[in-house]
Amino acid sequence: MKLINEYKANPKKLILPVLVAALLVLLGLSPNFTKPYATIMLGTIMMYIILSLSWNMFSGATGYVSLATAAFFGVGVYVSAFFGSSLSLPLLMLMGGIFSFVIAFLVGAVTLRLRGVYFTIFTLGIVKLLEQLMLYLEITFNKTRGRFVVSYTFTEVFYWLFILMILVILLSVFIKRTRFGLALKCIAEGEDAAMHIGIGSTMVKILAFAISSFAMGAAGAAMATRWTYIDPYIAFSTNLSFLPVLMVIFGGGRHVFGPLIGAVVFAYIQELLITDFPYVYMLAFGVIMIVSIIFMPNGIVGVIENIVGRIKKAKGGRKNADP
Amino acid sequence: MQILNGSGVNKAFGGRKAVDNVDFHVDENEILGLIGPNGAGKTTLFNLISGAIKADSGTITYKGRVISGMKPYRICHMGLARTFQKAKNFPDMTVRENVLMGAVFGKKGTDNAAAERKTDEILSFVGLEDFRDKSPGDIALALQKRVEVARALATSPDVLMLDEVMAGLNPTEVGEAMELISKIRGSGVTIIMIEHVMKAIMSLCDRIIVLHHGQKIEEGTPEHISNSKTVIDVYLGE
Ligand SMILES: Nc1ncnc2c1ncn2[C@@H]1O[C@H](COP(=O)(O)OP(=O)(O)OP(=O)(O)O)[C@@H](O)[C@H]1O
Ligand SMILES: [Mg+2]
Repeated sequence: MKLINEYKANPKKLILPVLVAALLVLLGLSPNFTKPYATIMLGTIMMYIILSLSWNMFSGATGYVSLATAAFFGVGVYVSAFFGSSLSLPLLMLMGGIFSFVIAFLVGAVTLRLRGVYFTIFTLGIVKLLEQLMLYLEITFNKTRGRFVVSYTFTEVFYWLFILMILVILLSVFIKRTRFGLALKCIAEGEDAAMHIGIGSTMVKILAFAISSFAMGAAGAAMATRWTYIDPYIAFSTNLSFLPVLMVIFGGGRHVFGPLIGAVVFAYIQELLITDFPYVYMLAFGVIMIVSIIFMPNGIVGVIENIVGRIKKAKGGRKNADP
Repeated sequence: MQILNGSGVNKAFGGRKAVDNVDFHVDENEILGLIGPNGAGKTTLFNLISGAIKADSGTITYKGRVISGMKPYRICHMGLARTFQKAKNFPDMTVRENVLMGAVFGKKGTDNAAAERKTDEILSFVGLEDFRDKSPGDIALALQKRVEVARALATSPDVLMLDEVMAGLNPTEVGEAMELISKIRGSGVTIIMIEHVMKAIMSLCDRIIVLHHGQKIEEGTPEHISNSKTVIDVYLGE
């Protein structure tokens, strides 16, 4: 099946994945030979990679722009806050994932009937709703706003984020080659037509939304154990709803590498700027965003694909010109 | 034998009746024409049958099962396919991939190999082999409409609903489209077609239903329709 097996045939297409795999191995081993500071920063970058890849898995695939990322991340954060003392880190992440999956499934069942900007606004509303609900509950029953979370070492969190990231990368690659991925593609290209050729689009969308939220919740559970103290504003910070969108637009959403590159670049810029110029970095993001929307509609990866395409064409042209 | 049947079907948009208490039936392996002036409710009736929208009241039965209220994908799985008045091809897929999607999702239990085979069969059946790797945006309108028909056919329908597949085509292309439609019927598929091209309707259809302001005002053979005073008054005579 052409759509499904298009990556199989060409060995040249293996170069990039092998390179990435090598980089990943290096990354996985990095805590052994880098300073703690680097481990913390790489952990943060991995968090952004997880969030932008999982955002792309649903929103990039279907064209339904969700801003609920922070909501599901926050659910994970609170799972760690509540159960941190009784469960191990991987179990906390699993539980954060499951909670987010279930909530996303229910939210999706209600909201995925909405299309376009209505859906987007609703998803942002969910972040605010959960934030305010948590705030109310904490103040009413706990008499304080925040909580302490059981803390794990940066290195431990690093390894578990690393494993989660690998799983998300693999899922992003393989989902495209399944019928489920094809159904998502059809929905993006024309939902009415998709429904009329036998695709149960509502269920497909809800499932994709829930799956992508699983990773967000798991990431939130892991990150919370690095923060030691959380409150609803920290857990449900809307930054985490917007940044993954920017990262995917910047990197390009068509290819798995797009969100990856976008996350690395943005997270790195943020790390560089946030300490010295705390106000400049949001401005810098804004500028980068506008420039990339205007000049690279398919992101960095789109630009690279264009260049590669032109080089190939030029080569092909020369070949044809030969007698 | 009746394969599709509707009774007392109603649909209003904001108080305005688009389909007004319509009864209809479709016999197995016939070509039924659906005609009427612009805004008569023809496309709305297709939308009601295919499940795209829900009727306010009335029942639609297909192969003896009530389908009104069912989701479009389930209706498609039962063997009822349609095309859209304004072609809704998947723009970022090739012609072949468009058709393949119909084959992959249209019928439950189709494996990939079978879907591939079906796709190539359909592409040659409708005469699109030469355009298989083109983007649907890069081919002529007549061919785009053919892609829609091919994608619908790939879902293995027993009933195919065609919404103005000849609109905007030149006379040669209309001729080719007519040939294709008889060929599809020849393969055992029942067809309901909405069309403004009278020549095509009159020569292809076994039976015709005329809608006007959402109401069925006439029904019968092409000969009966072309001699009907009501039809001439509201439509053919215009
Ligand atoms: N989704 C909708 N919302 C509101 N009004 C609608 C909708 N769909 C159709 N209508 C209205 O219902 C009436 C019937 O429209 P319909 O598209 O069924 O006509 P038609 O017979 O297919 O016309 P044409 O030959 O121009 O395609 C029109 O007045 C149209 O404006
Ligand atoms: Mg119409």
